[in-house]
Amino acid sequence: MKSTAKILLSIAAILLFFVFLYWAQKNLDPYKVRILNLCAINIILTLSLNLTNGFTGLFSLGTAGFMAVGAYVSALLTMPYDIKTMNFFMVPINPVLAELHAPFIAALILAGIVSTVVGFLIGAPVLKLKGDYLAIATLGFGEIISVVFTNTQTITNGALGLKGIPQYTILYWSWGTAVIVIIGLMMLLNSSYGRAFKAIREDETAAQAMGINLFYHKLLSFSISAFIAGIGGALLGNLISTIDPTMFRFSLTYQILLMVVLGGMGSITGSVISASIMTVIMELLRAVESPMNLGFISLPGIPGMRMVVFSALLIAVALFMRRGIMGEKEFSWDMLFGKGAGRRESA
Amino acid sequence: MTFELFLQHFINGISLGSLYALIAIGYTMVYGIVRLINFAHGDIIMLAAYFVFFGVGLFHMPWWLAALFSIVLTALVGMGIEKAAYKPLRDAPRISILISAIGVSFFLENFGIVVFGGRPQAFYSPEVFQRVIKLGNVSIISLGIIIPIIAITLLLGLVYVVNNTRTGMAMRACSKDIDTAKLMGIDVDRIISLTFGLGSALAAVGGIMWGLKYPQLHPLIGIMPGLKCFIAAVVGGIGNIPGAMLGGFILGLGEILLVAFLPGLSGYRDAFAFVILILILLFRPTGILGEKVAEKV
Repeated sequence: MKSTAKILLSIAAILLFFVFLYWAQKNLDPYKVRILNLCAINIILTLSLNLTNGFTGLFSLGTAGFMAVGAYVSALLTMPYDIKTMNFFMVPINPVLAELHAPFIAALILAGIVSTVVGFLIGAPVLKLKGDYLAIATLGFGEIISVVFTNTQTITNGALGLKGIPQYTILYWSWGTAVIVIIGLMMLLNSSYGRAFKAIREDETAAQAMGINLFYHKLLSFSISAFIAGIGGALLGNLISTIDPTMFRFSLTYQILLMVVLGGMGSITGSVISASIMTVIMELLRAVESPMNLGFISLPGIPGMRMVVFSALLIAVALFMRRGIMGEKEFSWDMLFGKGAGRRESA
Repeated sequence: MTFELFLQHFINGISLGSLYALIAIGYTMVYGIVRLINFAHGDIIMLAAYFVFFGVGLFHMPWWLAALFSIVLTALVGMGIEKAAYKPLRDAPRISILISAIGVSFFLENFGIVVFGGRPQAFYSPEVFQRVIKLGNVSIISLGIIIPIIAITLLLGLVYVVNNTRTGMAMRACSKDIDTAKLMGIDVDRIISLTFGLGSALAAVGGIMWGLKYPQLHPLIGIMPGLKCFIAAVVGGIGNIPGAMLGGFILGLGEILLVAFLPGLSGYRDAFAFVILILILLFRPTGILGEKVAEKV
């Protein structure tokens, strides 16, 4: 198929999808709309983690920390003055922060930028580490961000968290961002930067011998990932309207890690598929936690069971489905029409 | 700060450090042989403490029997985890086994929440450990002295086993070169299993004493000690047993003294270990006692 035809087809698909979103925002009940929003946010977060873990071979576990940064930045920028002062009843808010206000789009971008700065500051020292060391160091930093946010009461309201964040995240915002992130990442990964990332993943020493500046590219990948995670966190905060530091801990990172691994480390398509599926499954699994009546026997609900199933799934994927759903393959129109299946040419 | 107060903090730091050392050993031994960060090691600590809790509370065992029982059970759990989640992946890429380890850790935490309940429980502490001993103006709880004594005895025992027995020799051989060890007729699977068992047993002792020292039990208590003890192992030089002990003591003492001298930073005490990790990795990536390893291409 000609490449212009493919581009037209892609644009048509995206337009069609937004027509669906227009319909969904108007006609679906709030619960279903919320799940659709969560799907988009999880896609954004999964892609963020996949960029470092799957495409660049940096096993990072700091996503939750960057999300926290993004969520707090956006929350503080979008909350009205009155609600802010009402939230900070234990320790008054820093007066400069109380006055700050920005429209949602500016808040999102700033959330990404601040998160990038944090990512850069963390990445510069820890990216000298490899493999498991990097995993522990980034996991530790994610935890520390939550510790810091608990202690900086004049900025984050400490352990009390922030309540009453305006719910600006509607389907256009969440899916719009998701589509931009998908297209942006596709372009990035097909550029010389993306090829450098993949070269580093395959073999660092060989990549270095070919003249790739390891540290620069690793830091770039890590910072972009932090940027995307920050925006994802901001969207999440403005969706659920309540955030506190304990929300953004390792268990959130592990959930996103499962989506990355399940979709296939190094596949954008895989991340999109697995993030959507897992979001829906997580909602369906709520049934396990509520009491069930099977007619002849009624089972009591087991709170927390959802996460047990979830973690068991993570082990199972690591043991039996090492390559995930897509491996490193990407969706393409050729694949759909049965020509040259599995080529890594993107739609 | 008076000398007496300093001494009190010092003893407290030593007892925390010896706990870190006990747990760090498990990381370092496993890493030395299979090159894997056993993420689940921290949650093993939690399990051990809960085993004692239930042994005493549910089965009315005397606490020493419950402790013994818990150590054996924890060692078995450690070996079971290796068999179920790590062994099938021994030839897989490193990343898969790391994901599996994260999965096991996450599973144990959530399993703990469902089975043991998310509400914190009070850990049973026998009277022997709570006596106050007075040395001049310094008063210490007996636990503060018993912990280092038990820990150091166990650590010396471990060093003896590793250096002077056939099994220990096999362990050292495996950590040098696992393939050659196999060729020399060493049953590598057995040695790895044994390493997990031994590491988990030491962690169990650490976990039980952790419960005595901080008698509030909940399913997530293992995470922070787990991370910190891994850092202790890295600080000392991962794969190196005396190094892990040294790292444990440095971290424990440092943490307590930091809070003692700068009380304003007490909210950040968990961050201390990570700062140390970054510093050590920047200036001496192989750790204090680690050997330099050339990267093979």
